Amino acid sequence: MKHLDEYRDAETARRIAAAIRREADIARGYRLMEFCGGHTHAIFRYGIEDLLPANIEMVHGPGCPVCVLPTGRLDMAIRLARRAGVILATYGDMLRVPGSSGQSLLKAKADGADIRMVYSTLDAVKLAQANPDREVIFFAIGFETTTPPTALAIEAAARKALANFSVFCNHVLTPSAIAAILEAPAVRELDAVEIDGFLGPAYVSVVIGSQPYEFFADEYRKPVVISGFEPIDILQSILMLVRQLNAGRAEVENQYIRAVTRDGNMRAKEAVSRIFELRRDFEWRGLGHIPYSALRLKDAYAAFDAERRFNETYVATEGNKACLCPAILRGAKKPTDCRLFGRACTPETPLGSCMVSSEGACAAYYTYGRMREAAQ
Amino acid sequence: MCHALPVKIIALTGPDTAKVSLGGIVKEISVALIDDPRPGEYVVLHVGYALARIDEAEAERTLALLAAEGSDAVAEFAAAGEDAEARP
Repeated sequence: MKHLDEYRDAETARRIAAAIRREADIARGYRLMEFCGGHTHAIFRYGIEDLLPANIEMVHGPGCPVCVLPTGRLDMAIRLARRAGVILATYGDMLRVPGSSGQSLLKAKADGADIRMVYSTLDAVKLAQANPDREVIFFAIGFETTTPPTALAIEAAARKALANFSVFCNHVLTPSAIAAILEAPAVRELDAVEIDGFLGPAYVSVVIGSQPYEFFADEYRKPVVISGFEPIDILQSILMLVRQLNAGRAEVENQYIRAVTRDGNMRAKEAVSRIFELRRDFEWRGLGHIPYSALRLKDAYAAFDAERRFNETYVATEGNKACLCPAILRGAKKPTDCRLFGRACTPETPLGSCMVSSEGACAAYYTYGRMREAAQ
Repeated sequence: MCHALPVKIIALTGPDTAKVSLGGIVKEISVALIDDPRPGEYVVLHVGYALARIDEAEAERTLALLAAEGSDAVAEFAAAGEDAEARP
């Protein structure tokens, strides 16, 4: 594990950590959810929990797009990839995610399906141009940061009149997931998770701005601090949350002042609203069905919508029953509560999505946290 | 996919594209989401697109941290585009 001491900002980190310990009220607890998998990863990588007093608990949120995609959506991607004449272009993160019946995109590729890893949606458009006799489907996933790139790729394909390019859209919305954690009855019925405040994701907020979180502060009285990804950013954000909670405030504050504005990136938001509309319903692994929590292509772009073009419909399927990913994504269980964790399920042989993605809570626990937990 | 990196714009190559540099590696990216991008500026790069402009001091701070630890994000940047072009 890389420790904070190794960096030149170690002194600053120690100073902030001391302030957190001094100011945290021992008479109460602080359950703080870091929404984003990038934060989860950083918290473990830099051993941030070691610096916090025992009454501050970091709860790992569902902000990992690979992790929250339900098995049935992955099955759709695998079915699309196995169609004759199709090239499925995907971000590398998706290749090893287990579908149902032990399937994965990697296994489909080994069986002869033409699946290409791309870094950017631009690469997927180039694939379509270079392969006019093939159908190129881009497997689009992600929160608000990857959505504008997908929108621009669809516009580029429309401009170039590419008739062989389409998108299998799985873009999901951060505020919907936070709302679901705070209010959805389905979540409450399963196992209520009481969260005192949120660390908001920096890059998502670069795009959507800080404004969408104001609702959570106003309506739910939960403070939100938008935080950068460096260890000092995270510590400072935790301190800001502690101070808000101590003072009984519930505001949206921005620790990551550099690139986040109240309105976000207007160009990006406009591109998204030109191409996409809200889906009436989308199923999330761990959070269940959440209305208006994901995007689909507008009718005007139906020709670029792989689901409509190839008549693929979602069929809910159960993943591995022993896998605790769903409860872990709600913050209700920890990876070490899962009996598969570290035994049948490791980063080399992942059985659940939270272990596949390096941003997933299980992968972060396994890579950086397991030794510490075992020692306790 | 979830990585983002500060990179420096070296040159604009089209209405929406620019060459950027990170640790001596140069790639072409989209700057379609940035108002009036200019050479010499730093932007946050994510899946081939600049998401936002950032100031140089911030960029240098993040890059120093990445250099100190050997980053997956830098490796991903270096490998960008390779698999897509690997097959005819």
